[in-house]
Amino acid sequence: MPARVSIFVTCVVDQLFPRVGMAMAEVLERAGYEVEFREDQTCCGQPAFNTGYREDARKAAGHFIRVFRDAEFIVVPSGSCASMVSHHFLDLFPKDSSHYEEAEYLAPRVIEFSRFLTDVAKVEDVGARFEGIVTYHDSCHALRELRIKEGPRRLLRKVRGLELREMSAAEECCGFGGTFSVKFPEVSGAMARTKLESILATGASTVVSIDSSCLMQLQGVFTRAGAPLKTMHLAEVLASR
Amino acid sequence: MLMKPEQEKQIRQTVADPKIQLALYSATARLKEKREEVVAPEALPEYQELRTQANRIKKHTLENLDVYLEEFEANVEAHGGKVVYARNGQEVTDFILGLARERGVKMLVKSKSMTTEEIHLNERLEHHHLEAVETDLGEYIIQLAHDRPYHIVAPAVHMTRQDVADVFEKNLTDPRTEEPGKQAMIARRNLREKFLEAGIGISGANFLVADSGAVCIVENEGNARLTTTAPPIHIAVAGIEKMIPRARDLAVFLKLLARSGTGQLLTVYTSFLSGPRRGGEADGPAEFYVVLMDNGRTRLLADAEKRQSLYCIRCGACLNACPVYRKIGGHNYPGAYSGPIGAIITPQYQGIAKDPWLPFASSLCGACAEVCPVKIDIPKILLDLRKEVMEDRAARGDGFLERKAFQMYGWLTRRPKLYALAGRIGARMARAPGAASMGPAAKWASVREVPLPARKSFRDQWREREKSK
Amino acid sequence: MAGTGEIEVTPREEILDRVRKALGRKAGQGRDRVPEPRIRIPEIPPERRVALFAERLEALGGKVYRAAALAQVRDITAGILEGSAAVCSMDPLLEKAGIPGLPGVVSGFGDEPSLRAACAAAPFGITGADYGLAETGSIVTRSVSEARLISLLPPAHIAVLPVSRMLTGLDEFYSELPMPADAASSTVFITGPSRSADIEMILVRGVHGPRVIHVIVVDEEHATNR
Repeated sequence: MPARVSIFVTCVVDQLFPRVGMAMAEVLERAGYEVEFREDQTCCGQPAFNTGYREDARKAAGHFIRVFRDAEFIVVPSGSCASMVSHHFLDLFPKDSSHYEEAEYLAPRVIEFSRFLTDVAKVEDVGARFEGIVTYHDSCHALRELRIKEGPRRLLRKVRGLELREMSAAEECCGFGGTFSVKFPEVSGAMARTKLESILATGASTVVSIDSSCLMQLQGVFTRAGAPLKTMHLAEVLASR
Repeated sequence: MLMKPEQEKQIRQTVADPKIQLALYSATARLKEKREEVVAPEALPEYQELRTQANRIKKHTLENLDVYLEEFEANVEAHGGKVVYARNGQEVTDFILGLARERGVKMLVKSKSMTTEEIHLNERLEHHHLEAVETDLGEYIIQLAHDRPYHIVAPAVHMTRQDVADVFEKNLTDPRTEEPGKQAMIARRNLREKFLEAGIGISGANFLVADSGAVCIVENEGNARLTTTAPPIHIAVAGIEKMIPRARDLAVFLKLLARSGTGQLLTVYTSFLSGPRRGGEADGPAEFYVVLMDNGRTRLLADAEKRQSLYCIRCGACLNACPVYRKIGGHNYPGAYSGPIGAIITPQYQGIAKDPWLPFASSLCGACAEVCPVKIDIPKILLDLRKEVMEDRAARGDGFLERKAFQMYGWLTRRPKLYALAGRIGARMARAPGAASMGPAAKWASVREVPLPARKSFRDQWREREKSK
Repeated sequence: MAGTGEIEVTPREEILDRVRKALGRKAGQGRDRVPEPRIRIPEIPPERRVALFAERLEALGGKVYRAAALAQVRDITAGILEGSAAVCSMDPLLEKAGIPGLPGVVSGFGDEPSLRAACAAAPFGITGADYGLAETGSIVTRSVSEARLISLLPPAHIAVLPVSRMLTGLDEFYSELPMPADAASSTVFITGPSRSADIEMILVRGVHGPRVIHVIVVDEEHATNR
């Protein structure tokens, strides 16, 4: 019997990029896992948490814990949402509460998609084929909170037909930052345009990341600037054949 | 609204100004790269260990600050100096004015100090007809231009050589030049006279060293050495949080400070000064004072979590790393401190109600925490301050719509069926023509294209997939 | 300090009180154990130290000379001065090297105003150095043996450093001298010529301090008798 993984499909993926969720499920299945999607799942609470609304974030977190408390692995197509659960849930509940304990128990089980492949499934070649020059954007929370840097690149290098080129500003923020993007639109947009210059300098035609919200931000700016660039979630690239 | 319209407008102007953007981006990129070179594992294998140590020493010092303040005071006095406590900028000013009056001092020189910037010391002194001359080249330019420092370690980074030529031409008698080397020599000549005439020299302090009763000052130009050597009186003004226990702790801090700030191994001059000139010494000030200022720091000290904001050694690395600072620059931050450290310190010094937008001016990318030599968890403090701002606003009844929206969100997250339904309705609305011109979508659309929700959400697609199995 | 007496006492007590309240501490309460700083002295043989020192200082625009004996220090100094006037400190080592006897070199000021006037006018200042720090290319001067202004006011600085005083770096300095304030009111590390990049990030030397720094490292054994 194949091992079972539960997937947490983030709000952005659910509503805007469902294909990313489907691609992730497909890659996981191809790697030999049985994938379940618990329909009761909602949100990780990050939008409220990052905007300063702890009480509302606590509600979402509490629900997340209820839904996933017995899952062995919860795979997430986002470094940011995975980090919300594994790092910041602990900031939401008092240390002696049952929720805190449960959050502590849950933390190591909530794993970002690329890390699940490289560290748990221990696969790097998922049999994907993708023709094109690609550059990888390090999303901030994956990079700095989860310390994910090489894994996604190793996965990309194993994709047939794909050439990976590093941009100089790979580690610079895309400017999304959740509600920051609408509280400070000019600054947010300017940050993305700096990123765009660095991407264009690589000659890549596709920008890959493990966070759909960064890609939404970047795609919005590319399109507005008329830049001939495409954004793809790592799962989509890995699902291509 | 978190931000006043004029502040928003000012930020828009900065972001749209190509001259400022170029200067800002290239200067911060330079400082950033130089830092990266000298803290790289090949260059400094013990870098992470030093950061951890610096953090521990600062933590310990602040947790025992009363002991160290008294120890520092006793040691300054043992060396013939004097410690003056000041609750706020007014008391700092009063002390300096009083002393100047007693000693008949009409003019004083100053070396770069963020602490005196914080309390607007120059304006306060000038108000009482005591001339205070900034001597750091950047600060001198800023003072002549009646401007504010733009960056903790590079105050005039927003000005071009032409700007400097204009400022010098307007204020000095020297012939106009646009060559930075010659401009620096003009400053040297004009300030040299001031150093030799000044009755008081005012410096800041990078570190207050308790076991020695000493102030440690780092700098590159020599103006701090001159300020603390040439005039007969030296007054160092420092926040109480600048304390470290022992001189040998500098083995940790000095290795981190210059590397983080400018990418140097050490700054050109590191002065360790304890008390006035002693018997047998050829020169140096006859009087030595250290003003220990509170100005909001003890309030901050009371919060065990946010207390770490006081660990800051003012290297400026977080500014260079911050993608927001690199777009909006120094002048859009209220108060003396800009960038990520300003965004956490200023609201705590002045209270969160005054500029509630500050902790929100961050994408929470975490680049600041990564480069901080004393490991201040800036993003965590930003998040805590955001929480406090929202609680404060709720108590005042401000920000009603957003708060209600998040309450609705919180309520829905526990009701999966309704949450899914709300998603479906929201997606349909967002697909409707004109949706992008409303509310947050309009803000989004002001700089980038709005993504259209998928026709079928993931959960709907998944359900279909499971059925067809 | 008449006239400031009142505001002197009250703020002190209030601030200390606020600090204690904030930390939940009582007056007279002892402190926790202090974490020890990392001090690790690398093993660098003397010759390598000098080479490293020279490499670091020259990268900053300083000049390093090697003298086998004190007599050579005098020649090197004369070569640098080329007849220019200089102010020389009271360091016995310089005396021993005969530097005050060089033409144009003045030394030994009875009072500060004349010292200051000489330093403000002289193109060169000549001092000893109590220590060298190889890892950073720094010299250490202390007010116990040096006038502060000689290494500061003249546009060029010449320092003479006995090789036996060449330490590896900061760690060795602080283990050698954990209490610098005991001996002198001023201990200064000088690492290269004065510089600024305040205008357009362009490097300018000699903004307030010397534009040029020459360090003569001397071998002479008894040079260490200071």
